[in-house]
Amino acid sequence: MPLLKDGKVIDDVWAFVEDGHELSPGGCVIVSLGRFLSEHDQLLARNHSIGVRLLNSDDPALLSPFLDQIHLVELQFPKYTDGRALSQSQLLRRRHGYKGEIRATGQVLRDQLRLMIRSGFDAMIIDEADAEGVYEFSAHELSEFYQSAADTSDTIFVKRQRARQSKAAE
Amino acid sequence: MYRYDEFDDTLVRERAKQFRGQVERRLKGELKEEHFKPLRLQNGVYLQLHAYMLRVAIPYGQLNAKKMRQLAMVADVYDKGYAHFTTRQNVQYNWIKLADMPDVLDVLADVEMHAIQTSGNCIRNVTSDHLAGANLDEIEDPRTWCEIIRQWSTFHPEFSSLPRKFKIAVTAGETDRAAVRVHDIGLHMKKNAEGNVGFEFIVGGGLGRTPFVGPTVREWVAKEDLLSYLEANMRVYNRHGRRDNKYKARIKILVSELGLEEYRREVEEEFAAQNTWEKVVLPQEEIDRITAYFAPPKFETLPATSAAFEAFKAESREHARWAKNNLRTHRAPGYTSVHIALKQQGEAPGDATSDQMRAMADIGERYGVDDIRVAHEQDVVLPHVKLDDVPAVYAALKAAGLHASNAGLGSDIIACPGLDYCNLSNARSISVANEIQAVFADPEFEDEVGTLHVNVSGCINACGHHHVGHIGILGVDKKGEEFYQVLFGGRADEKATIATIQGPGLKHEEVAPAIRRVIDTYLSLRRDGGEKFIDTMSRVGQAPFKEALYAAA
Repeated sequence: MPLLKDGKVIDDVWAFVEDGHELSPGGCVIVSLGRFLSEHDQLLARNHSIGVRLLNSDDPALLSPFLDQIHLVELQFPKYTDGRALSQSQLLRRRHGYKGEIRATGQVLRDQLRLMIRSGFDAMIIDEADAEGVYEFSAHELSEFYQSAADTSDTIFVKRQRARQSKAAE
Repeated sequence: MYRYDEFDDTLVRERAKQFRGQVERRLKGELKEEHFKPLRLQNGVYLQLHAYMLRVAIPYGQLNAKKMRQLAMVADVYDKGYAHFTTRQNVQYNWIKLADMPDVLDVLADVEMHAIQTSGNCIRNVTSDHLAGANLDEIEDPRTWCEIIRQWSTFHPEFSSLPRKFKIAVTAGETDRAAVRVHDIGLHMKKNAEGNVGFEFIVGGGLGRTPFVGPTVREWVAKEDLLSYLEANMRVYNRHGRRDNKYKARIKILVSELGLEEYRREVEEEFAAQNTWEKVVLPQEEIDRITAYFAPPKFETLPATSAAFEAFKAESREHARWAKNNLRTHRAPGYTSVHIALKQQGEAPGDATSDQMRAMADIGERYGVDDIRVAHEQDVVLPHVKLDDVPAVYAALKAAGLHASNAGLGSDIIACPGLDYCNLSNARSISVANEIQAVFADPEFEDEVGTLHVNVSGCINACGHHHVGHIGILGVDKKGEEFYQVLFGGRADEKATIATIQGPGLKHEEVAPAIRRVIDTYLSLRRDGGEKFIDTMSRVGQAPFKEALYAAA
């Protein structure tokens, strides 16, 4: 399935390594939160990028001390109607200031893309032949929103305030 | 009433366009029903027994004539000439074709209306007191905060795939007409010790299979913290609410399983951890902008009594009765609030024809400062009417068949659509409600009985709110036959109480006679004519009523 990063299809260089399995000496690997927390010294000492897979029940705060050394966090959508990863992503971005990749896996459907992007996801594995086209369409289908979120777009409330201020300045 | 600016308008129109695309993909077969379902649900489209149903949002029940006329037009052009006003202050159409839905959303957008988040596992239409801005005892108009919550919750990126639906209600009066203790989150506006107005947060109330009266999580939350504290609650729920069983997925189950103390601790911890930039604080200018839309109309300086109104009452018992039952005290002298009970004998509770909708629009526009509300009792209210105009209003209502004079009485029954429409239902609701209405067909008898709330649900999902009826009726299916369990003692107001099931279900035809025996028992036990049914029941206990219920033959 295509991997989208910032709306473009790219090759996936990451591999998940099961708990208990040995890491290959090179390459970008994703490990479970449990493994990361118990082996972070060795994992971070490798000269390769490290990613962490969070289950929906995992608390992103546990990664907080390490986030500037982690390059990818994988969050899961076991069903497209399960929105726990949206909260996890918001927490990673806005509470803990994480700047690396947040990748959506599982049941990722085009009609959920906009929510994911606004919640801080910049990558997703999606079962669409024209993944870039679908992304481009879904990401821009709605142009206005009320809530501030993990993306940097201006909210309606911000735009209204700006309009008031520029009116007052005139 | 709130008016859309360019941003609100763009959002609603783009949403209509988006849904048009989703419907087209569905009709072309590109989108499986399984994947379309949550999309259509978040836009109020249900698949019912016979057809698709569209639920249109009426934020906090607020309408005007223009909107009401458009709703009537939709009923005529796209449905069968009628619509149903709901317990969540919304309106439903039962016969709209899926292919027509996008056109309906467009014509709704033309009058600043939509169907966003009227179903699905998201934050639903926020409801409020239908007398907001008119009643005597409110400390502030709650609609400003309802509108702020409406905007904040619309397409919230984090809270659009919750474990289950989420209903918020706001009230600001001492008397709670919004049933805030039986909502996922109920907000009761109150002053703190310093005299500042804020919100009591009641979380985890609800009806359905597992009814709860919601506990207070925080006695007082400042206005500037409202949205941030809401987000803290929503995040705890989104992360930790159960997703393994849809019947245990509401926030009431989370609060109950964690226990109030632990739930409160988690919310307070989340709230305290919010960074400044995570806080949702609206600029005061924005709050002022929204508040200005709910400024009270310019009430004329009028005497407290009206000769025309007094003459109207003296004219006939019919007039006197309607005035006594359907008018509510207004805060401005010489004004009243008119309760239009959509509860004519033999009609489906909450239903109105397109002609009746247009009549309500005309009356509201001419005599009611163009302010029309939907009440959670499945009724419509004109909050601001001059006493001098009451005779004309009554005449116009009567001409439209909208003069049922039973507001708040035994035949003003709340009932779900039941097995006649709903594919969840186990039993008919409308016919049982109509038979109970017939018990009160004699106006003198109904007046003698006085205040009585009867609620009928066709299944355990409790859309007729049977748990909070003074008398609740619950339809159940036993081996293909309809039976009706009877509950006593519920209430949805500030003294919210969950009703108690009395015993085995009754057959359809046994229900109305049994209710009659219960009412007769009340009349024989009450202290005097001023003691309401519910008060007599709480004074003497439910036993004699139960005995009467099962006393047949």
